[in-house]
Amino acid sequence: MNRIIELFQKQSANNLNVYYTAGFPNVSDTLPILVSLQEAGADLVEIGMPYSDPVADGETIQQSNQQALENGMTVRLLFEQLQEMRANVTIPVLLMGYINPVIQFGIEDFCKKCAEVGVDGLILPDMPMDVYLNEYKAIFESYGLVNIFLVTPQTSESRIRQIDSVSDGFIYTVSSASVTGSQSGVSDNMETYFEQINAMNLRNPRLIGFGIKDQKTFTMACRYANGAIIGSAFIRMLQKSGFHPNDVKAFIGSIKANKPTEVDV
Amino acid sequence: METLEKSSTFQVDKNGYYGLFGGAFIPEMLYPNVEELRNTYLSIIEQPDFQRDFNHLLKNYVGRPTPLYLAPRLSEKYGTTVYLKREDLCHTGAHKINNTIGQILLAQRLGKKRIVAETGAGQHGVATATVCALMGVECIVYMGEHDIERQAPNVARMKMLGAEVRAATCGSKTLKDATNEAMRHWINNPVDTHYIIGSVVGPHPYPDMVARFQSVISAEIKTQLLEQTGNANPDYVVACVGGGSNAAGAFFHYLDDTDVQLIAVEAAGKGVDTGFSAATTALGNAGVLHGSRTLLMQTEDGQVVEPYSISAGLDYPGIGPVHAHLYQTGRAKFLSATDDEAVQAAFELAKIEGIIPALETAHALAILDRLGAGAHEVVVVNLSGRGDKDLATFMKYID
Ligand SMILES: Cc1ncc(COP(=O)(O)O)c(C=O)c1O
Repeated sequence: MNRIIELFQKQSANNLNVYYTAGFPNVSDTLPILVSLQEAGADLVEIGMPYSDPVADGETIQQSNQQALENGMTVRLLFEQLQEMRANVTIPVLLMGYINPVIQFGIEDFCKKCAEVGVDGLILPDMPMDVYLNEYKAIFESYGLVNIFLVTPQTSESRIRQIDSVSDGFIYTVSSASVTGSQSGVSDNMETYFEQINAMNLRNPRLIGFGIKDQKTFTMACRYANGAIIGSAFIRMLQKSGFHPNDVKAFIGSIKANKPTEVDV
Repeated sequence: METLEKSSTFQVDKNGYYGLFGGAFIPEMLYPNVEELRNTYLSIIEQPDFQRDFNHLLKNYVGRPTPLYLAPRLSEKYGTTVYLKREDLCHTGAHKINNTIGQILLAQRLGKKRIVAETGAGQHGVATATVCALMGVECIVYMGEHDIERQAPNVARMKMLGAEVRAATCGSKTLKDATNEAMRHWINNPVDTHYIIGSVVGPHPYPDMVARFQSVISAEIKTQLLEQTGNANPDYVVACVGGGSNAAGAFFHYLDDTDVQLIAVEAAGKGVDTGFSAATTALGNAGVLHGSRTLLMQTEDGQVVEPYSISAGLDYPGIGPVHAHLYQTGRAKFLSATDDEAVQAAFELAKIEGIIPALETAHALAILDRLGAGAHEVVVVNLSGRGDKDLATFMKYID
């Protein structure tokens, strides 16, 4: 079974998904960061494929993308780095990125490589749903990959239902109308929005992302979903002090401390 | 304005594609905005009151119709008959305002309170700041830091018109990066903001919407050429291509008239093979840029290549999906002109016709010597803009 689907079957609450950019801060950090995230207690991980024009990302992730590209990171190199990952890594792994580098690699070749190294799912925010359904879905499925769609506070109920019907794995619930890394925190009307989605009883689990940066915001998000996603806050930590496994352990530990006991998912 | 039912294979289809190119490759954060536009743009722009306001402003504010001028000395020099479509005489000095008038009227009808735009040469930024001043709407323009330096007069104009100019400091600090920033701004302000894209690029319906607003150029050429020569169709229509809006407008009503050769001119920069170029069809291949599937300059890894051109308005690594389709089907022929050729063409037009063209436009003029147009043939060059904004660059070439 796909590791993402399996994870949510076993553990429906408090899942921590961590995003980081491949090839950042150093080109050879990709696999060591993945291993240390697993050891630190991340429940699943989303590896960003750096892109020159990340329109949905704020400054922090723009910078990590740019640095990774300057370091020489490519999709091809990423697959080489991940070649042996399943020797050590048992948690679900997703690749996240913009569609253009995937198209250049070749959709089928890309999916084949994902299956070969043990990637479980993809998040391609600028891939339109109709293109996915008409051109890519069958290929993704034949390589056992789940595709993760995003919903935002502006997504209509009917579209959320449509996304739910074509999704597997989980639905990426964007907390606010913003690019990644916004510092606005979590507001009251966000909680109303999370409650509304909760009340829809979707078939897929949900993870809340954007603006999740510490234990407080993680705990809040976990009250309304099956877990949450941390991206920019983790990248900022790497930007500040570089990659040290102990720092990763401390960072993840600080977020997962005081797991909320009451969960109404 | 064009009617809805176009049978032409060169028009956008109902899914937003021109053949293989187009579509709406956007993150979910932009989906509701783009969907709203997709669902409403045609019905809004076909409403009689929209048409009335649009035509009124084009006539009385922009100064349309712009002349179609038979350039005698240019014709003599190239041994053919050259007409110049004088978009440089539009208010604000370029064709860009045809689109911004249309989009501000649309934004008003959608109840939007704020406008965001990107700009390269600053012409689209000025045209956007102008219509925002006209309508009393807040205006934010993103411009690459590098372009802010080389297009200083237009930055000053935008500020005087009340717009806020924000520098895009990432990447090559030019048009592509300004476009990224404008898109991010729209993501962050999805409800009350309309994004006025300045060319036939971006997710569907932008390329079609912008082409329709610019189609007034070819509608007028047809009428004027018929009046002046007895034939509405020239042998060639020539236009420069950054994203491709002036070309799309100049080609629009000729797309199905296969007796008319459509010539698109890209910026070769220092030369197509020098690594300093913006000649997308020569150097690019298919991919996704700024929300549409199109031709773009990219590395083997799918990273967008930073283009180069002396002309800020052509310094863009892609072309609109309609042009990718025209290129692929062979309906339009794509040529390119280098920095030096363009500058030379600008000086030539200034000296023999008394018209200083924009650096962008000068690229279209620069191919007249290799067009091979015969003595009895008629060439229409779309003179997309005037060169006042480029004087600092031109001065470097004087003496
Ligand atoms: C005078 C002029 N012509 C042409 C262009 C290029 O844009 P497009 O290809 O959309 O016409 C610009 C862009 O700034 C311009 O200012």
